[in-house]
Amino acid sequence: MKKPLPWHIVVFLAPALLIYVVFSAWPLIDTLRLGFYVTSDTGSQHFAWLANYKMLMFDPHWSEGFWNAMGNNLKFFLVHMLIQNPIGLLLAALLSMRGVRGAKVYQTVLFLPTLLSVVIIGFIWQLILSPLWGVSETLLGYVGLADWFQPWLGQEETALYTLSMMSVWQFVGIPMMLIYAALIAIPDEIIEAAVVEGASAWRIFWTIRVPLILPTLGLVTILTFVGNFNAFDLIYSVKGALAGPNYSTDILGTYFYRAFFGYQSQLGSATLGAAVATLMFLVILAGVGVYFFFVQRKLQRFSF
Amino acid sequence: MKNIRLTQGALIAAMLAAGAAQAGTLTIESWRVDDKGLWEDVLIPAFQKKNPGIQVKFSPTAPTEYDSALQARLNGGTAGDLITCRPFDKSLDLYKKGNLDKLDGKGGMQNFPASAKVAWQTDDGKDTFCMPMASVIHGFFYNKKIFKDLNLQPPKTIDELHKVSEAVKKAGKTPIALGTADQWESSQIVFTGIGPNFWKGEEGRKALIAGKAKFTDPQFVAAWEEMSKWGPYLAKGYSAQTYGDTQNLFASGRAAMVAAGSWDIGYYNQQGVDFGAFPPPVAKAGDKCYISDHTDIGLGVNSKSKNKADAQKFLEWVGSQEFADLYTNKVTGFFSLSNHLIAVKDPVAKQMIDWRKTCGSTIRLNAQILNRGEPNMETELWTVNSAVLNGKMTPKAAADRIQNGFSKWYKPAK
Repeated sequence: MKKPLPWHIVVFLAPALLIYVVFSAWPLIDTLRLGFYVTSDTGSQHFAWLANYKMLMFDPHWSEGFWNAMGNNLKFFLVHMLIQNPIGLLLAALLSMRGVRGAKVYQTVLFLPTLLSVVIIGFIWQLILSPLWGVSETLLGYVGLADWFQPWLGQEETALYTLSMMSVWQFVGIPMMLIYAALIAIPDEIIEAAVVEGASAWRIFWTIRVPLILPTLGLVTILTFVGNFNAFDLIYSVKGALAGPNYSTDILGTYFYRAFFGYQSQLGSATLGAAVATLMFLVILAGVGVYFFFVQRKLQRFSF
Repeated sequence: MKNIRLTQGALIAAMLAAGAAQAGTLTIESWRVDDKGLWEDVLIPAFQKKNPGIQVKFSPTAPTEYDSALQARLNGGTAGDLITCRPFDKSLDLYKKGNLDKLDGKGGMQNFPASAKVAWQTDDGKDTFCMPMASVIHGFFYNKKIFKDLNLQPPKTIDELHKVSEAVKKAGKTPIALGTADQWESSQIVFTGIGPNFWKGEEGRKALIAGKAKFTDPQFVAAWEEMSKWGPYLAKGYSAQTYGDTQNLFASGRAAMVAAGSWDIGYYNQQGVDFGAFPPPVAKAGDKCYISDHTDIGLGVNSKSKNKADAQKFLEWVGSQEFADLYTNKVTGFFSLSNHLIAVKDPVAKQMIDWRKTCGSTIRLNAQILNRGEPNMETELWTVNSAVLNGKMTPKAAADRIQNGFSKWYKPAK
């Protein structure tokens, strides 16, 4: 006997599907289309196949900026991977230990910056680090390190890393919470069995807990990747669209902003902007693809 | 239930009223966000007194976004009736695309000298498309109290500038308030502000346009060389210092001098600073001085405006003595470009406008023609000049980079 089509499922899914198509899928596809056009001086657009992409990747005075932004973006991501996520893991491990007093208070305090607007974060840190009005130099002076103080946000060598660390400071609560949730979800029996077998706490952590939370670590990685390659707001609010000094903090987001909206005497171009957006999309797609192919497939058997 | 109907009714009525009011409203596009209050409280009411019934709305966009946003609105047909014009190429571009009306012979235009109109004419000088409004003058402000306490005089030559700076530094204050974080000051205030004394103002600028001089020539490199010596005179960590920080530094009396433009007079007056101004110092005592007297703002009519008659009336008023007086004396630091005799009341503004009597006037070096190609010279200059001030780029490297970018697209007709 043939099963009747489950109409109720279609009916209930349709509104959500419709909204996603209209506000998410269609704009994305249209962006891909727009990237193939060029805008003339009068604002009319005509099809130009790969002209925008050629310009972005090979015309020196666009490509230099593009690859610079790409490189900076990669550094921005690596700082998060190497500092934010390990700290998140460490904090989660500490918080999930038994008998930590005030664990909830710690969680809340560590998570608080995540709730603040990026603009506020940017402004606060700009003030703290300001060589004119900031408190950093005085605070460093109390521990005898005043000579180490530098205008970190104003130097080409340090500006990007300073901004990355500000972002780490703000967002460390998210990996912490995700990993924490995974850690406390590990069934007590497994841990108890290991304890009975005589395993040390260190060994339990590395050979039982960490493998069991690998899918979560994978999720955190991919969230960090997507988030960082779409980043824009912090840099824009602290350094403006020119991402100075000398483009040392320019990432794909700010590069896209200048291409799309224009800045100062550079006019914006929706078509060139769409091409940059497409390239950003492809980078993220490739990253996610690599992750799914090499990592996610192997993680399946650990999920519970 | 009744309440909801009432609200709906009120809403519809309000929308209708708004629609009715909008039909005859003139909208002014501008980048002068800071002057919004002034337009709304002083200028527009003054205009309406003479022309009752014409509604005017001042609707500014942030300066860094103005060019792009305006272009988008013009393309989309939603731009305002009156358009504030940047000098030279940006507006010429709009005129060539047919976004601005030709204004030759229109009421009010006869009140401006030819030199003021140049910024808003086609290269052959035949069509004028914006009415000149105001120029800004670049120079330095100094804190009178600090100078008096240390027994210093405003410097006239480069050597004196360095001596004064050393003396201020020894006294434990910041000699010059200037930051490079926002980049534009490095270029618009410093390079094109102090530079004209090195390249002899218009002479140097025209030589570049004619292809007879290069940025790598000594008279241009000298400007960068001077800038590369400023690092020790600026506040600690100046590379992270924003324009707002700079204003604070000088206003709070922590810095003795500030590299500034006349548009800042109003701000420092508000802060209650006792200050004077001196023009960019010259190389040797007795040299002729040059100032950057930049024709900065004009006003044009959107060619697609639905309300051109009223727009023209407004423009005519902008060309009048009354406007020139209000603009010069209320928007302190912006100097009307008209022929009218205006008594400048603010002492510092008067001091600055008097420099015109002894110094040669020029506009910002790259404002005319030199910005037309890619790479965009304005953006390049921002980057290069802040790098030179930061000590990250040598004067020679700066000159090479600008000249290379320039020669890529500029082939002057010989």
